Amino acid sequence: MKKYDAIVVGAGHNGLANAAFLAKAGMDVLCVEKNDYIGGAAVSRELYQDWKYSNCSYVCSLLRPEIYRNLELHKHGLQITPYGGSVQFMENGDYFGSYHDPEAAHREMARHSKHDADAYTRYSTDTMRQCRLIRNFLLRTAPDPTSFKPRDIKELMLLGNKFLELGEDRLYEAIRFWTMSVADYLGEYFETDVIKTALSGSGIIGTALGIHSPGTAYVLLHHYMGDVDGNVGSWGFARGGMGAVSNALAGALQSYGGEIRSESGVDQIIVKNNRVQGVALESGEEIYAPVVVSNMDVKRTFLNCMDEKDLPASFYNRIKNFKIRGSSGKLNIALDGMPTFPALPPGSELIGHADMHFIDSMERMERAYDDWKDGTWSKDPYIDCTIPSAVDPTMTPPGKHFMSCFVQYCPAQIEGRAWTSEERDAFTKSVIDQISNYSPDFKDLILHVETRTPQDIEDQIGITEGNIFHGELTMDQLLFNRPVPGYAQYRAPVNGLYMCGSSTHPGGGVMAAPGANAAREILYDLKLKNTVPENFGDD
Amino acid sequence: MIDKYDAIVIGAGHNGLVCSALLAKAGKNVLVLEANDQVGGAAITREFADGYSVSACAHLLYKMQPQVEKDLNLNINLASDNLSTIVLSEVGEHVTYCGNKVTGVNESDQKNFAEFFKRMTRFSDLLNTYLNKPPPRLGTKNKKDLFTLAMLGFDLRRMGKVEMREFLRLIGMNIYDELDERFESPLLKGGLSLDSVLGTHLGPRSPNTILTYLFRMAGKHGTLSTPKGGMGSVTKAMSDSAKAAGVEIITNAKVKKVIIEKGTATGVELNDGTIYNSEIVVSNADPKKTMLELVGARNVETRFTHRIDNIRMKGNAAKLHIALNKLPTIKGFSESDYSQRILIAPDENYVERAFNSAKYGESSPLPVLEITFPSIKDSSLAPSGCHVMSAVVQYAPYQQKSDWNEEARTNFKNDIFSVLKQHMPDIENCCLSSEILTPLDLEKEFHITGGHWHHGELTLDQFMFVRPVAGSAQYQMPIDGLYLCGAGSHPGGGISGASGRNAAQVILKREKR
Amino acid sequence: MTPVSINTGRLRSPFYPRLAELDSLNTWHNWAGYSSAEALYCEDMEYFAIRNSTGVFDITPMTKYRITGPDALDYLNRLVTRDMRKIKPGRVAYAIWCDDQGQVIDDGTIFHLREGEYRLCSQERHLAWLTTAAIGFDVTVKEETAEIAALAVQGPTSYSVLKNMGIDGLDSLKPFGLIHHQIFGTELMVSRTGFTGDLGYELWIDPDKAIDLWDALFAAGKLHGIQAIGTHALDLARKEAGYLAPFEDFLPAETTVRTGRTRSPLEIGMEWLVDFNKDNFNGRRALLKEKAEGSTWRLVKLDIEGNKTADHSYIYADDKKNSDEIGFITSAAWSPVCKQNIALGTVRTPHGKPGDNVWVEVYYQREMHWNRVMAKATVVDKPFWFPARRGMTPPAPF
Repeated sequence: MKKYDAIVVGAGHNGLANAAFLAKAGMDVLCVEKNDYIGGAAVSRELYQDWKYSNCSYVCSLLRPEIYRNLELHKHGLQITPYGGSVQFMENGDYFGSYHDPEAAHREMARHSKHDADAYTRYSTDTMRQCRLIRNFLLRTAPDPTSFKPRDIKELMLLGNKFLELGEDRLYEAIRFWTMSVADYLGEYFETDVIKTALSGSGIIGTALGIHSPGTAYVLLHHYMGDVDGNVGSWGFARGGMGAVSNALAGALQSYGGEIRSESGVDQIIVKNNRVQGVALESGEEIYAPVVVSNMDVKRTFLNCMDEKDLPASFYNRIKNFKIRGSSGKLNIALDGMPTFPALPPGSELIGHADMHFIDSMERMERAYDDWKDGTWSKDPYIDCTIPSAVDPTMTPPGKHFMSCFVQYCPAQIEGRAWTSEERDAFTKSVIDQISNYSPDFKDLILHVETRTPQDIEDQIGITEGNIFHGELTMDQLLFNRPVPGYAQYRAPVNGLYMCGSSTHPGGGVMAAPGANAAREILYDLKLKNTVPENFGDD
Repeated sequence: MIDKYDAIVIGAGHNGLVCSALLAKAGKNVLVLEANDQVGGAAITREFADGYSVSACAHLLYKMQPQVEKDLNLNINLASDNLSTIVLSEVGEHVTYCGNKVTGVNESDQKNFAEFFKRMTRFSDLLNTYLNKPPPRLGTKNKKDLFTLAMLGFDLRRMGKVEMREFLRLIGMNIYDELDERFESPLLKGGLSLDSVLGTHLGPRSPNTILTYLFRMAGKHGTLSTPKGGMGSVTKAMSDSAKAAGVEIITNAKVKKVIIEKGTATGVELNDGTIYNSEIVVSNADPKKTMLELVGARNVETRFTHRIDNIRMKGNAAKLHIALNKLPTIKGFSESDYSQRILIAPDENYVERAFNSAKYGESSPLPVLEITFPSIKDSSLAPSGCHVMSAVVQYAPYQQKSDWNEEARTNFKNDIFSVLKQHMPDIENCCLSSEILTPLDLEKEFHITGGHWHHGELTLDQFMFVRPVAGSAQYQMPIDGLYLCGAGSHPGGGISGASGRNAAQVILKREKR
Repeated sequence: MTPVSINTGRLRSPFYPRLAELDSLNTWHNWAGYSSAEALYCEDMEYFAIRNSTGVFDITPMTKYRITGPDALDYLNRLVTRDMRKIKPGRVAYAIWCDDQGQVIDDGTIFHLREGEYRLCSQERHLAWLTTAAIGFDVTVKEETAEIAALAVQGPTSYSVLKNMGIDGLDSLKPFGLIHHQIFGTELMVSRTGFTGDLGYELWIDPDKAIDLWDALFAAGKLHGIQAIGTHALDLARKEAGYLAPFEDFLPAETTVRTGRTRSPLEIGMEWLVDFNKDNFNGRRALLKEKAEGSTWRLVKLDIEGNKTADHSYIYADDKKNSDEIGFITSAAWSPVCKQNIALGTVRTPHGKPGDNVWVEVYYQREMHWNRVMAKATVVDKPFWFPARRGMTPPAPF
């Protein structure tokens, strides 16, 4: 039986990136995956004939360009195409569009409010300042503030210095930004409800918080800090669907000699004398390696695949209480053609090419959250709707379209019990009805719908409660608190066991930074040459 | 009357009184100007019906800083001390907690509560150290600021790795998840949820509610007492102490504006045109009122004005006062239970739902209540054999969609009574008369913008380094000689005297310079 | 639901039809959402129209804000650094405004149209800041960019052109003065202002009468060499006059991401616009502090030896090895009228005092190849171009 240098559990994008960097350093790496396809939540799946579905993650911006470049992902087929703008359909028949071109964006904003159009400049400047700050830390390991190790102190000082560089006034702004709600933050700039609503979506996507909950301004940042070719905050489609990201990472891994085994779900991570030995597959087969890296979320890793007695009690309890909440669902829809949106002028570039939202007030946004708190899905949900096939011709047959609807809020369970099929249908209906309000021919164009509640996502991909970030992005679970205090440096409390999923710093999104950061720590422990790139940096 | 004072304090609220007394004790010639006809600001005793009195706003003492009591030689006469909190159960199976003890819950909750209490008091002690000094500036090279920051780091680390980590984890977190992790009893979780959100625009699920809970615990670990004669007696004692130190207090003296020449405060002008001169003007009024009305935007910078304007300070707490011909019946209550602090907060989700309404400018149809019957231990508050009920009711948002017209007030009162009736079926028969004070009323009566008890939400984005606003957390406003000493400045609300005391320290230090 | 039709393309000024007729280069760019011509037929010739006859430049895209209300004066006095009480009705003030930290947000002109009624014009859009600055003032700030068409009429014959048009009162109109004139059944405002450092005027009118104005103006100027010009010609003229352009010579503080990249008025040679004797204004405390402690940067006007334009060059101190990099050039040009190699730059204090010598590292390209020279430069304190006609009242007829 072959023994590997390292086994990575889960072929999600972080697991693949992690394995690729380890393999690049010369390690003999095996990546095991429970499903018969790789990619975890970054996949392109043919769930309807001739259609490719990005049926989980659907847009790409956070993927670190340093990793893209370092692993030469373009050679393995990855191509990210930016797409333009967004549109907010309004109940009064009007709409609010946002455009890639700053002047077009200004004009449209000024149509709703001249004040807000001008205020947007300051808003984006201020938000950009926070982006520049956070981007320093994405490809770094969070320091342990309680540690006196030189490495931690050095990192802590670097973190401190980056804050100090802001200067006194902006330092206070940073403190406020990191702690306030997205609604309050936007309220300090804008006066128009629909404009605030349009911008607030990024503050709640993937979280179990409402726009009025403190801490959501940071979540907004989490969606802004990415870029496509230096255009910060802009988003792109991966050509061929999100699976292209995973395929490219897998290609890189294999080019460095790494192996991938699908249909090899891990039943147990084997530990002896506080030292990891390898993994036992669901088939009963055991594979051995001195290093095991888990791409699974921390709950699944430690509560499902390990023995409680192999873990310190305090750690086990912390993991048990780790907040990873199902708050969003998805509808993936095959369309017979491009739906019409009568509110938009004919030929508008927003049709098909923009993120579409069908909610126009802050109150509706917050009320959507109240439903979730009551243990049910939002009856009037926030939908982030894209039609990638309008930009990417490889997704569907010509003239046909694929629509991805990210829906919030959607709980993992209904009032504490499993979803019934009637409820699933009702959830589907509330989404389709909301879109139909703005697109009369939409319903007739539907060929196939895949509905995914958080429970479905958990069952298929394995993410606890289908949480897209592998854990809430609240202050108590960020930076050195992620996933849990004292274990934020990718090392599990068992020798040789590491975490590389989005439960770790810097968190979720198709970023690949957790995977890369974990690889750097592993290589550091093994005293191997680091293969993980540094942040590109900005004067 | 003196021609020129060393310092003028605007407003005789408890912080203004503390500040003036400390300045006077240091030899300053201090004048306090109060708009109302009695001192105390919102901390007064109010006769709301013939012979029936209550503390008009806050009705429990739990944050009074011992240092303030000592500095002012305050001798506060307590009617009751070390009150328990009873969370009402409809079926009479109430949960009672006091200190680290809780009854009416299972053993595991009892054990966990003691642990929870221990940790929270420890963290609140750390917090309290910093509540009692002016916050340092950040990002400067000033040695004193750097030292205070280094001390903060050291104090954190001194708690030990485990506790420091826990502190850093909890400080931004919500109380809901923490309670959910620890406890089973819905009543206990409901009560503690209410403790965390009292006086705020937050629900238990809102991140930041651990901070508000710690803030409540800071100083006296949440030990509750009621002063004899209502809250007015506390501020009366303070004003006596101030007067003894030589402070001159003028009531019915509404300040129209702070006089400013070339960026320096030189005195104040009253509504009646009287002018008082002083090189130091200290405002106990809230930051919005002080900067936007008394000082005026023209005298300060644009972004500063914007920040002041953006302070979130719209109150959510209403006050209900009832004159009673007898105590209402509460199932399972013993006689002594009536003199405790009584909460209606059946579970944490109930509290959160009550908050939902506030987000949309509506009052809670099922409000949460903090109830006391202060007349039981203090016969001066009601005619013999009769009683008063004083209740804090949430949520009653300042910006109510109907602007608190008569109908809205009546509806809200009815809603409160139907909640009360579930626990006190005979309340209506006991009720002789009642009044409700919404945040709008509190604003009118006590000149607090938004009727917010704390002069501004106590959230991390308005806390410590950035309270009241970024760049002005050290009591000194961007006008030479002008200071804030009210709850709008660090550390914030509650009858603690900390803001007034910290401000006095800063002012006296400037004098030495 | 009827679709809301909006024009997502660039806006066009009411003068656009006339400009388009004259345009043979088709080089339009964006200015505050409007199409603005870089040049119409030849930028060199267009430049000489400014210095030799009359150049006409469409300034309609300049943002305009009407400021009215009982507190209008107090509001402006808190907003800008100079004392607006001194600007009487019928006068115009060049002004600069800062954020709380005393960093420049923008510069512009404030027209005191009538008692208590003002118009503020600037190159960039500032409604958000102007609205924020109005908190606590009884004042109305209204954006009116599209409601007024405006032309800059600049050059030595501009006075004669306007006189020809029949505009009265020009003889006594001093620099930074304004008059109203009835024409085409509406009111035309004429101000003696401009961005060229030469004799010149700016005309302001109802957009419906824009074409009438254009036609009358060009008819009146036919014998005086009137020419329409584009941005490039204007930009060269403003450099000669030593005028600053936002995003080139300074960055608007509100939109600058990096700490330390903004400038105070003291750092861009605008101390003369800062009046510490008036009541509070935005940035006053910070600027007083800066004045006491010393500024970090200083704006310099440089006369550079040779004729190689010093675009984006580093500036070095005049020490033995020329090794201390002390700043960089922000605007540079060969001045056709002065026959000088001129530049504006920013250097660290204490460098850059008038009369100091510095070195400029110039890279220039000739037929694909790049060359580098170290050119000696002198700091000058007067504008490169300051003709007597600019201030003469009445101006001389040509």
